[in-house]
Amino acid sequence: MNRPTGRRLTAAALTVVALAATTTACSSGGNSSAKGGSGTFTVWDPYPQFTAGSAWAKLLDGCGTEAGVKIKRTAFDTSDLANKALLAAQQNNSPDVLIVDNPVVSTLAEAGVLTTTADNKLDTSKADPNLLAAGQAGGKTYGTPIGANTLALYYNKAVLKKAGVDISSVKDWKSLTAALAKAKAAGKKGITFSAIGTEEGSFQFLPWFWGAGANLTELDSAQGVSALSLWKDWLGSGYAPNSVLNNTQTTSWQEFATGDYAFAENGTWQLANAEKAGFDYGVLPIPGATGGTAAAPTGGEFVTVPVQGDTGRYATSRKLVSCLTSTQNLLETDTTLSYVAPTAAVQDKQVASDAKLKPWVEAVKAAKGRTSDDLGTKYPKISEQMWKAVQSALSGAASPKSALASAQAAVK
Amino acid sequence: MQDGGRTAPAGPRPDRSAPPRRPRSPQWAAWAFLTPVTLYLGLFYAYPLYRNLDLSLRHYTVRSFVQGDAPFAGLDNYRTVFDDPTFGPALTHTVVFTAVCLFFQYALGLALAVFFNQNFRLSATLRALFLVPWLLPLIVSASTWSWMLNSDSGVVNAVLHAVGIAPVNWLTSPSWSLASVIIANVWIGIPFNLVVLYSGLQSIPASLHEAAALDGAGAWRRFWHITFPLLRPVSAVTLLLGLVYTLKVFDIIWIMTKGGPADSSTTFATWSYRLGFGNLLPAFGPGAAVGNLLVAAAVVFGLLYLRVQRKQALS
Repeated sequence: MNRPTGRRLTAAALTVVALAATTTACSSGGNSSAKGGSGTFTVWDPYPQFTAGSAWAKLLDGCGTEAGVKIKRTAFDTSDLANKALLAAQQNNSPDVLIVDNPVVSTLAEAGVLTTTADNKLDTSKADPNLLAAGQAGGKTYGTPIGANTLALYYNKAVLKKAGVDISSVKDWKSLTAALAKAKAAGKKGITFSAIGTEEGSFQFLPWFWGAGANLTELDSAQGVSALSLWKDWLGSGYAPNSVLNNTQTTSWQEFATGDYAFAENGTWQLANAEKAGFDYGVLPIPGATGGTAAAPTGGEFVTVPVQGDTGRYATSRKLVSCLTSTQNLLETDTTLSYVAPTAAVQDKQVASDAKLKPWVEAVKAAKGRTSDDLGTKYPKISEQMWKAVQSALSGAASPKSALASAQAAVK
Repeated sequence: MQDGGRTAPAGPRPDRSAPPRRPRSPQWAAWAFLTPVTLYLGLFYAYPLYRNLDLSLRHYTVRSFVQGDAPFAGLDNYRTVFDDPTFGPALTHTVVFTAVCLFFQYALGLALAVFFNQNFRLSATLRALFLVPWLLPLIVSASTWSWMLNSDSGVVNAVLHAVGIAPVNWLTSPSWSLASVIIANVWIGIPFNLVVLYSGLQSIPASLHEAAALDGAGAWRRFWHITFPLLRPVSAVTLLLGLVYTLKVFDIIWIMTKGGPADSSTTFATWSYRLGFGNLLPAFGPGAAVGNLLVAAAVVFGLLYLRVQRKQALS
């Protein structure tokens, strides 16, 4: 029993040394994986649906070759990306190019993670100002949009015909509600949307909130209450299903795809699915309370250049971003993503090749960034209170008025 | 090792009675063996706990999180959390959720364990089937429950409709959402209770039951006066482990209701997550504070568990 101790001791010591070596190897590997050598540039994007062989991955590699560097791409789920970017910045480990959902830009900018266009010399002059606004705070611009999407109403032509609704008569909330009533009377279902207790719920509620003329700085205004009452009344009258409270935009689309619903509030990204739905559909911009088109929130990502210790890297990062957002590449990328391009030149090309995109291009032009109006990092707090108020009112826990009043009190 | 020692001709013969050649080596070996464990515990337990405590005591904004210069804020975050209108409901829901889940998991688990203890034909197969909820990934079971309980297209409401009962908004009504997540969690927790209690039952000698039966005790009496008291040590462990597990349940609630609507199914676990990650602008400080309250509660019950175990070992 005594003799093996020596051997065991050696073995244990070796194990410890090996372990220590592995740990250091891991940590140094961790550093270099994000930083890369001077010849490797890291790109993070929220498009995990695009695998290594996809057109998007090839485009990134192509842009890298053009700039004379190797690209290391990592794709994250979009809801993870903001926290991952913050953690990476905390560890001085930011990627060279970060493609991120537009409402997150102001948060990352506030955290000091992103460079301004003054630092990185990106040219943002071609992007539509209403889209670019989501990436601006305090007079500075923190990136350039790669594509935009927004919300509109999809409608099922067969259901509307059965219900005897002429779509051209739907011009404001009153006529829309009347159309829903007719659809219900014809044994069909009215409208589906997503009122889930996350950012998605706020995103879907905003067109109605803005369409009523309300402003995010005053949630409990009479206009804001009227927008929430509209949704509440739809649920109360059975024009919208109770499941909207738990619907994501995807599950809401699945409800519409059953063919039972007259309307669905959903985004540009569902166009490809709409083609596959197997029924005739149309697209209508979301009407304002008393007519006109309501401003819908813009979705879509920004290409940004995070702060690096070695500022010499910005020149190459700029080349990469310019390549990704060049006219030809934007057209290809936005077609794959089913997005509307952020520049007028590419939008014209998109409409020329697919006339169905016309209402969407118009909707994007009327759309508004959630963090615009210089709300910046105030938006996330307002949004959280807004989706809570929507949930409280629709579930019957509070009236629209008191729900919005407590939301406004919580924002302060 | 031993074989190698025996067959190697050149090696010295192992001798039990010989004094250690190098007296200090066992000490060294002990340290060497201790190092990996200490490293592991330090890296994966102590440091995260310390970080969480540190997070909860500082005033973090996204900027100071990245720059690492968050000012010390004392107990401000805890005060924020205690003053939050969500605190009261979250506390009530956590207590109700844990208590109700534990009660039903234990009662149903025990009933099933007694049932399967009869060893009828196919009982092993059936018992294996009852383990399915335990084997399924939580994302699968929680998504399935949320689909079954859907207000409009769920199978539960379809069945209710078939027997003439009005549909219930399981997940979207403030009065039902907590009940729904409790039902799902009880279903998931039964197998654990079943397995542990079943093995406890097997250690009760059959002769006791036979003797009681001869004395004229009915099945009910035998259960309450023989099975249940003899099962007490196992029950205590099951309940205490279940309590620690249930206290921190997060995934089921988050997947099914996100703690909503209107906070009606928010527990400390989901609240902590929502503060830290549920919003585009994370509130790390208060999130960590809520997390620490949960850790503290779990530690209290953990110590209680240790005490009970020690008592059992002594008796």
